[in-house]
Amino acid sequence: MNYILEVLSQEMIADNIYKMSIKDSDDNFIKKELKSPGQFVHVRVGDTTEHVLRRPISISEIDKDHRFFTIVYRAEGAGTKVMAKLKAGDYIDCLVPLGNGYTVEALEHVLIVGGGIGVPPLLELVKQFNAAGVKTTHVIGFRSKKDVFYEKEFNTYGKTYVVTEDGSYGHKGFVTHVLEALDMNEYDKFYACGPKVMLSVLDSTLPMPGYISLEERMGCGFGACYACVCQKSDGSQVKLCTDGPVFEKGEILL
Amino acid sequence: MRKSNMNISLPGLELKNPVMPASGCFSFGQEFSEFYDLNALGAIMIKATTLEERMGNSTPRVAETASGMLNAIGLQNPGLEHILNHELKFLGQFETPIIANVAGNTIEDYVEVARQLSKSPVVKALELNISCPNVKEGGIQFGTDAEVAKELTRRVKEVSEVPVYVKLSPNVTSIVEMAEAVAEYADGITMINTLVGMRLDNFGKPILANLTGGLSGPAIKPVAINMVYQVRKALPKIPIIAMGGIATVEDIIDFISVGADAVAIGTMNFTDPMICPKLIKELDEYLIKNNIAHLSDLKGRVFKN
Repeated sequence: MNYILEVLSQEMIADNIYKMSIKDSDDNFIKKELKSPGQFVHVRVGDTTEHVLRRPISISEIDKDHRFFTIVYRAEGAGTKVMAKLKAGDYIDCLVPLGNGYTVEALEHVLIVGGGIGVPPLLELVKQFNAAGVKTTHVIGFRSKKDVFYEKEFNTYGKTYVVTEDGSYGHKGFVTHVLEALDMNEYDKFYACGPKVMLSVLDSTLPMPGYISLEERMGCGFGACYACVCQKSDGSQVKLCTDGPVFEKGEILL
Repeated sequence: MRKSNMNISLPGLELKNPVMPASGCFSFGQEFSEFYDLNALGAIMIKATTLEERMGNSTPRVAETASGMLNAIGLQNPGLEHILNHELKFLGQFETPIIANVAGNTIEDYVEVARQLSKSPVVKALELNISCPNVKEGGIQFGTDAEVAKELTRRVKEVSEVPVYVKLSPNVTSIVEMAEAVAEYADGITMINTLVGMRLDNFGKPILANLTGGLSGPAIKPVAINMVYQVRKALPKIPIIAMGGIATVEDIIDFISVGADAVAIGTMNFTDPMICPKLIKELDEYLIKNNIAHLSDLKGRVFKN
């Protein structure tokens, strides 16, 4: 699960938001090890000791036929800014795949809710739901027009509502404002990823069952350092990296 | 089989090589056993054990710094009984000697944990954690007062069935004074633990929920090298297992050169889960390439003319 992989392409798809395509390992880890949408890759920044912590980034698309996967991340801190400089032909040190993703169940119609940099892993989920004949409706929120990405991609799979906080694009406000106008009886389950405050609202207000994907600062990414623990509603504790990052609605104290 | 160029005997420990993961950076081995055979390691320093289960601090618990990281995990562990019945059972399948890290709120806690852990056939030595900067009780207050540290070491030695090493904190006025105090009873010293630090976010607030954390990683290596040097100068005989920012073979050689007997790898296990077996292999290659018959030939060479 520790691979040095080749970068196939990298481009900026919104303000400081980068999309990187990474080639499969020679031994085909995508086929052998990748299990579900929502799993993540722990990326080493450079090959010096300047950045000792890897960056956990969820996988946004998987292409089994052409043997590559993509990640989408925000280049905000020192480490991700280094990553943003990688070009096609460069190599990247990845621990992958990590964590447990979403399960693609045989349902009729599901609601997909994403916020900001939580949107990417939902794209692969939507692709897999549609491939399985499940109808998907999408509500994706961003801060402002310059931050919007993946609208076209989501549009190809189902009705997509784009929301911006300042109203500079799509609906104005938060994803919850759009959700209030939708009939929740239409959806069997919801699937969400985004800021904790958004997930907390969805977790406590949406009537149907659902799944949320969380994030936390991580050390190792594989369960050894105890950095990314979170509290369950029953008082016990889980590690986000190995027990999550996807959890069932109500399972985690948010 | 060719003669080893890096085996070493320390109290309670027959090490086939001098490289081991440091406590707190390796959990109880299970996660790393998915990456490689733990029999490759010289020893394993397992995560601190306390009498009762500890849930640790609030998150965020880690933050990166320049060539290092801050952590404030808070000695999270499942408690003595669970560790005896599960974690140590798992580790028993390997030949690698286990060094069990002991922590507690009171001297009585340390004594009880040490007594029970030392009876485990898997545990070959204890490491007294008197230097964790991230818990209110049961850590550093035992490691900053020489008399308290000495008394704790004496009490643990009374009950332990295996040799006792004491892990020293760098957050003291004189680490030599601490080393000399515990050396009266300890079989060996491990050093250094993390340095207390803080990192702010863009809004001027500490990132860690605990506000402060322990700084580790390559950034602290020069501090650790100097401290091992100072302690070795004062105590020429005591076994020292050294740690502090080791990332390369050259780092290992530096610690041996200032008098360490063996070394532990901490933070870099997170950066590169294969770092320990990688460095063991590279150390062997280094010794061969430089015509060094045995690693111990380099020990303490900083003090030689």
